[in-house]
Amino acid sequence: MQWDIVIGLEIHAQLATKTKIFSGSSTAFGAEPNTQASAVDLAMPGTLPVPNEQAFRYAVMFGLAVNAEIGRRSVFDRKNYFYPDLPKGYQTTQLDHPIVGPGFVDVDLAGGRSKRVRIHHAHLEEDAGKSLHESLFDERGQGMTGIDLNRAGTPLIEIVTEPDINSAEEAVAFAKKLHSLVSSLGICDGDMSQGSLRFDVNISLKPKGSDTLGTRTETKNLNSFRFMEQAIAHEVERQMDILEDGGRIIQETRLYNGDRDESRSMRSKEEANDYRYFPCPDLLPVVIDDAFIESARVLLPELPDARKARFKEQYSLNDYDASLLSDDARLSAFFEDTAAHCKDAKLAANWVLGEFSARLNADNETVAQAPISGIQLGQLVARIADNTVSSSGAKKVFEALWNGDGGSEGNAADAIIEAQGLKQVSDTGALEAIVDEVLAGMPEQIAQYQEADEKKRKKLMGGFMGPLMKASKGQGNPRLFTEILQRKLNA
Amino acid sequence: MHNKSVAELSRELESGKISSVELTRELLDRIKAEDGQYNSFITVTEDLAMADAKAADEQRAAGNANAWTGVPFAHKDIFCTNGVATTAGSKMLANFVPPYDATVVANFRAAGAVCLGKTNMDEFAMGSSTESSFFGPVTNPWGLNKDEKRVPGGSSGGSAAAIAARLVPAATATDTGGSIRQPAALCGVTGLKSTYGRVSRYGMIAFASSLDQGGTMARTAEDNALMLNVMAGFDPKDSTSADRAVPDYTATLNQPLKGLRVGLPKEYFSDQLNPAMEQQVRNAVKEYEKLGATVKEVSLPHAELAIAAYYVIAPAEASANLSRFDGVRYGYRCDNPQDLNDLYTRTRAEGFGNEVKRRILVGTYALSAGYFDAYYLKAQKVRRLIQQDFINAFKEVDVLMSPVSPSPAFVQGEKTSDPVTMYLEDIFTIAVNLAGVPAMSVPAGFVDGLPVGLQIIGNYFEEARLLNAAHQFQQVTGWHQKFPQ
Repeated sequence: MQWDIVIGLEIHAQLATKTKIFSGSSTAFGAEPNTQASAVDLAMPGTLPVPNEQAFRYAVMFGLAVNAEIGRRSVFDRKNYFYPDLPKGYQTTQLDHPIVGPGFVDVDLAGGRSKRVRIHHAHLEEDAGKSLHESLFDERGQGMTGIDLNRAGTPLIEIVTEPDINSAEEAVAFAKKLHSLVSSLGICDGDMSQGSLRFDVNISLKPKGSDTLGTRTETKNLNSFRFMEQAIAHEVERQMDILEDGGRIIQETRLYNGDRDESRSMRSKEEANDYRYFPCPDLLPVVIDDAFIESARVLLPELPDARKARFKEQYSLNDYDASLLSDDARLSAFFEDTAAHCKDAKLAANWVLGEFSARLNADNETVAQAPISGIQLGQLVARIADNTVSSSGAKKVFEALWNGDGGSEGNAADAIIEAQGLKQVSDTGALEAIVDEVLAGMPEQIAQYQEADEKKRKKLMGGFMGPLMKASKGQGNPRLFTEILQRKLNA
Repeated sequence: MHNKSVAELSRELESGKISSVELTRELLDRIKAEDGQYNSFITVTEDLAMADAKAADEQRAAGNANAWTGVPFAHKDIFCTNGVATTAGSKMLANFVPPYDATVVANFRAAGAVCLGKTNMDEFAMGSSTESSFFGPVTNPWGLNKDEKRVPGGSSGGSAAAIAARLVPAATATDTGGSIRQPAALCGVTGLKSTYGRVSRYGMIAFASSLDQGGTMARTAEDNALMLNVMAGFDPKDSTSADRAVPDYTATLNQPLKGLRVGLPKEYFSDQLNPAMEQQVRNAVKEYEKLGATVKEVSLPHAELAIAAYYVIAPAEASANLSRFDGVRYGYRCDNPQDLNDLYTRTRAEGFGNEVKRRILVGTYALSAGYFDAYYLKAQKVRRLIQQDFINAFKEVDVLMSPVSPSPAFVQGEKTSDPVTMYLEDIFTIAVNLAGVPAMSVPAGFVDGLPVGLQIIGNYFEEARLLNAAHQFQQVTGWHQKFPQ
C-alpha cells in the first residue's frame, strides 16, 4: 500500500533576552547550578511574576518575520502539573490568546522546488529547570536527583506549524529555514546543542490520497537536524510496519534515541496529564498596540530570503551558493567581510563554502568560534585573485591563519606568504627560462607528446607540470606554466 | 499606654513623653503575660523589636521621624519577613524563613515602625474563625467565660484579637472573601480591605490571587488611614498593583458628611441576618443621617450568587497557587520518601490541614477537563455580573452600608464540622472581593455583649471616602473605644 506522510512541527526557541521572562535573573548558559535562580524562579511563597518587555518584542519580531497576525491581547495561562524542575507546579504559557497568530514560511527544496508551511500560531512561555540524574549521591551512597533552576523561567516561543510537511527532507529543510530565521532575527542564539532550539515532530500516515488524517505520534526533543531526519524515517517505518500488519497506531509521545536509532513510548494519550489550564491571575492581559509592533518592526534585520536575492544581484552568485550563504546570519556576515576584502566575490564564496566551512565542520565549531575573521580570509582570497599565491599555496596559508600563525596585526595572509615563501613566480621571463631548462632534459616525453592526439596530449601535460613545479620550488604560477608549455610544445 | 491609638502614640513619641524602647518593652511584656489565653501570635520577635525600637529612638533623636517611627505593630503571618519565620498558619511552612521582605513589610520597615511579631491566622487564609491554624485556634477576647471560648473570626483572627486585647495598636491583615472585615467585626476593631491592586501582593503568600488584597486593622479609622499611607502604592514587583497616585488618607478624615449618599443593598438585609444585629446596623445608619447623609435602598441583584461563584474561583486559583508546596525546595518534606510520587503525596497529605485540602480538591475538580466550562467559566461570568451590580449601585450612591457578618462571634467548634455554614459567615463580604472594590468594617454596637460591625463599601480607589465616613462616625460614637473585660 502507498502512504502519505503527514508531519507537523512544534519548535521551542529560547529567546535571547538577557533576563528571564518573569524575573530579573540572568539567562546566560553554563553557570553553576542554581546561581541564576532568584526567589521568583524558585517559586518562593508570595513571589510574583513581572513580564519582560523584550521577550514580547522578540516574539512580535518573529511574528512579523513569518507574515503572521500579532495577537493584540496576549493572555497567559497556567498549565498545571507536578515535576521537580517545575517550581510553581504550573508552567506559565499561552493557550487561547497567543502573541503570534497564523502565518507562513516558504521553504526552498532540492531541485528548485519550494514549499509553503503554514504557522498555526506561536506563543510565549517559560522554560522549566533541569533534573540532573548523574553524579549525585546522598550520605548513604544512594543516587539522588539534583534540580538546577538556572534555566527555569527562560523565555521561549513555542512555534506550532500546520501539518503541511510530507517528508523528512521537507521537515529538515523547514527546520533549517526556521533556524536561520530566528538566528538572523537575533531573537535566539540557535545553539541546538545547548537546547536553544528544540524540535518536537508530530507524524501520522494516511492511505495515499485519503482526506482523513491518521492517528499521530509525537517525538520529542530532537536536538539536531540529523536526529530529526533519522527520527522521522524511523517513526514512518515503525508506523508503516504496524499499519501494513493491520495494526493501529496509538496516540502517544515517544522519545527518540539518536545514538541507537531507537524510539520508545514515553506516555500514551490516556496517561497524559489533564493540565487544567486557566488564565494566570498574577498577570494582566498584555495589550500589544501599534506603537509596540512598530518598535519591533524597526529592529527587523534583513531576512534570509531578502539576503539571498541581494547576494545573487550584488555578487552575481548562483542560486545554490546564494542560498547556502544567506541562511545563517553569521555566515552571511562572514562572507560579506571576505568579499569586501577581495575583488572576486565568486572566489570568496568558494572559499567560505569550501575550505572554511569544511574546516568548521571538521573542528565542530560555529562561525562565531572560528579563529579567523572574514577580513583575514578576504585578504587571503585577494592574494589568490591577483596570482600572488597558487591555490595549493593558499591552502597552506589558510592552515597557518587557522592556527593563528599570522599574528593579529595588519595583513596576516601577507605575513604568512612572506614568511613561508609561498609567493608564486609570475614573471614570464623567469618562468620561460625554467620551462626551457626542464624541456631540454625531456626529449623523449616531448616526442611522445607531439605524436599524441589532442585528447592524449592533455593527459601528458601533467608529466611536464610536476618537474616544472619542482624546478620552481613550488612557486611557479601553474596557469602561466601551462600557457608557456602549450606554446612551446605546439610550436 | 497600651490603650492608646497609633495616632496618640505617635504624638507621645514625638513629644518625648515616652520612648519607643519603653513602649515596645511594655507591649512585649503584655504579649508575654496575656497572649497565652488568646494565642494571637505565632511568632514574637522580641530581640528584633527591641533593636528596632532603639534604632527608632535614635532616628527620632536625629530629627528624622515620621508618624510611624518607633510605633509598635504586628504583621499577619502571611507577609514574608526577611529572616523571620513566615508560616501562613500551616505545618507546610512551619520551618520556612524567607530571605526577602514582602513589599508591605519593607514599607513599614522603611517607615521605622517596630514589628513585634507575626499574628496567627487560618491556614493559608482559608477560614472564617482562625480555628484551622496549625498553631492552634485563636480565642476572641470578647465573650470569654469559663465555659466557652468564642472565635475571633478569620482568617485574620490573630491580628483582630491582638488589637482587641490591646497587645498591639495595629496589625496588617489580608482579605480574600472577608478575612479582614469579619474578624474586625467579631473583635470590635476597625478594618479596611483596599481596592484590588491598591496594596502590593508581593511577598504576601497567595491564597486566591485575583481576590487577595492586603489591608489594615486598628482600633480607629484614623489609624487605618495612617497604615494605608504606608501600605498603598504601585509596586514594580506586582504587575497587578495599580499605578496611580496615593493620596494622604489622613488629609480628608475631617470632611463633613453632609450630602453623603448612602445605599442599603436590600439583599444584605435578608432573613439570614440576626434581627438584633440588623437593629444595630440600622442604628448606625441613623447616626449617618444625623451627620447629614441621605439614605436609600439599592439593589445588588446577583448578590445571592456570590458565595457559589467565590467557592469555584478561589479554590481554583488556590489549587494552582499551592502546587509549589511540593517538598522539593523549602517547607515541610515527609520522612523517607520512597519515590517522587511518594514525596509529593505524603508531603502534601501531611503538610496541609483539612480545609486546605478540601479547597485544593474543589479547585482541581472545577478546573478539570469536562467541568471547566460549567464551573470555572460560569463562575467568571457571574463575577462580571456582580462587578456590574456594584458599578450600577455607585451611579446612585457614594457608599453602601450593610452588616459584616450574619451573627456575632460564635463559640469555638460550633461550625468546624459543617464547611457550608462556615462559608456563609462571609455572605455579606464576599461579593466585594469578586468586584474588587474597597470596604471597611467599623464597630457599631453590641449584641449579647459581643461586637457588631458595620460594613461600608466604596467605589474603586475611594478608600479616602470610606476612611472619612468611618472617622466621622467614630467622632460621634464610642463603640470602637470599648474594651473586653
